[in-house]
Amino acid sequence: MNSLLRLVLALAAIEAVTGLYFHIAETERKCFIEEIPDETMVIGNYKVQLYDPNTKGYGDYPNIGMHVEVKDPEEKVVLSKLYTSEGRFTFTSHTPGEHLICLYSNSSSWFSGAQLRVHLDIQVGEHAQDYEQVAQKDKLNELQLRIRQLLDQVDQITKEQNYQRYREERFRQTSESTNSRVLYWSITQVAVLILTGAWQMKHLKGFFEAKKLV
Amino acid sequence: MRLILPLLAILGASLVHAIELTFELPDNANQCFYEELQAGIDSVFEFQVVTGGQYDVDAVLEDPHGKVLYKQPRKQYDTFNFKTEQHGTYKVCFSNEFSTFSHKVIYMDWQYEGNVVSGGIKPSPKPIAMTALDSSAQTIADRLRLVDDYQTHHRLREATGRKRAEDLNERILWWSAGQTAVVVIIGIGQVLLLRSFFAEKRNPAY
Repeated sequence: MNSLLRLVLALAAIEAVTGLYFHIAETERKCFIEEIPDETMVIGNYKVQLYDPNTKGYGDYPNIGMHVEVKDPEEKVVLSKLYTSEGRFTFTSHTPGEHLICLYSNSSSWFSGAQLRVHLDIQVGEHAQDYEQVAQKDKLNELQLRIRQLLDQVDQITKEQNYQRYREERFRQTSESTNSRVLYWSITQVAVLILTGAWQMKHLKGFFEAKKLV
Repeated sequence: MRLILPLLAILGASLVHAIELTFELPDNANQCFYEELQAGIDSVFEFQVVTGGQYDVDAVLEDPHGKVLYKQPRKQYDTFNFKTEQHGTYKVCFSNEFSTFSHKVIYMDWQYEGNVVSGGIKPSPKPIAMTALDSSAQTIADRLRLVDDYQTHHRLREATGRKRAEDLNERILWWSAGQTAVVVIIGIGQVLLLRSFFAEKRNPAY
């Protein structure tokens, strides 16, 4: 049996925690924005290392914990958990829009000014699926697995298209609101100007008459 | 050309990894990302400024020895294909240091081929025989990945426009309210000032 496909998909499922990394300060909060349609799964893998001035390198310290906080487009907190120095978090979106994934360490500042190296990998939608597991659970052969993967990809594309309609509608509503605001405020300002002028004249006329200058 | 990586995957050469992140870059800030890449692999790096200021950012891509492979000041979006010459840690930095008060939201996408296991297994492009059905399925998968890429580009452009429109909408409200208040204040102020000219003086001039 051609095991190339299995190998490829198995490798895709391995957590790539040795992938991309960046540095943050100890107490710094780093946030990433994921604009996703609804009912989409997001999986994040991370690993944190601490800078050790003695070895001038980054080492593993199992005592570091990382808070992971995920907010949905309405600023409601979807996930807020404390994980160890290496972990994986998952959430599924229930509203389409911009979700905010924030990472910050929980260490108190007796290591103040230390740099943390965070390895991060975030996968969205069908990239988050573990096909090895799916193949074993549903007992699929390679072709069936490949077709399942294609179906997932097409599903995701359809969801994104629907999200596109929703976004376009929001954009249109914003433009129409701008249009009516401009109209309303222009008319209001002209009215206020006329009223202010009329009040000024009336008031001054009364004032001069009282002063017996007219 | 975005077709490079999917085509190589068709040949059964290797796996395509991709990481895409959208993050906020505050003003006067610098953010760097590092990735360990094998030698001799193809990689595509892409970025786009979604919101903020004049929609521009400085981007620099360096190889493990610090040689600059890509450097563009104040670019709105760009795609950069390169083939790695050495194994090591490649660094990409975004800089918003030229801006004093606008923070930028930047989208970044870094694709490269290679095995997940770090520490030196070079991907060997052995073309393995696949049936016609297998290779068709593979082609479809790669085309769909391209569709996903284009949808992402479309979404980013639309997000830029939409955020600008929402910003404009809010600004109109506040500025109009402010202007109306200023008109009313000036109107009342003029009258009060004029009244003060005609105030009774203790010692009239004449």
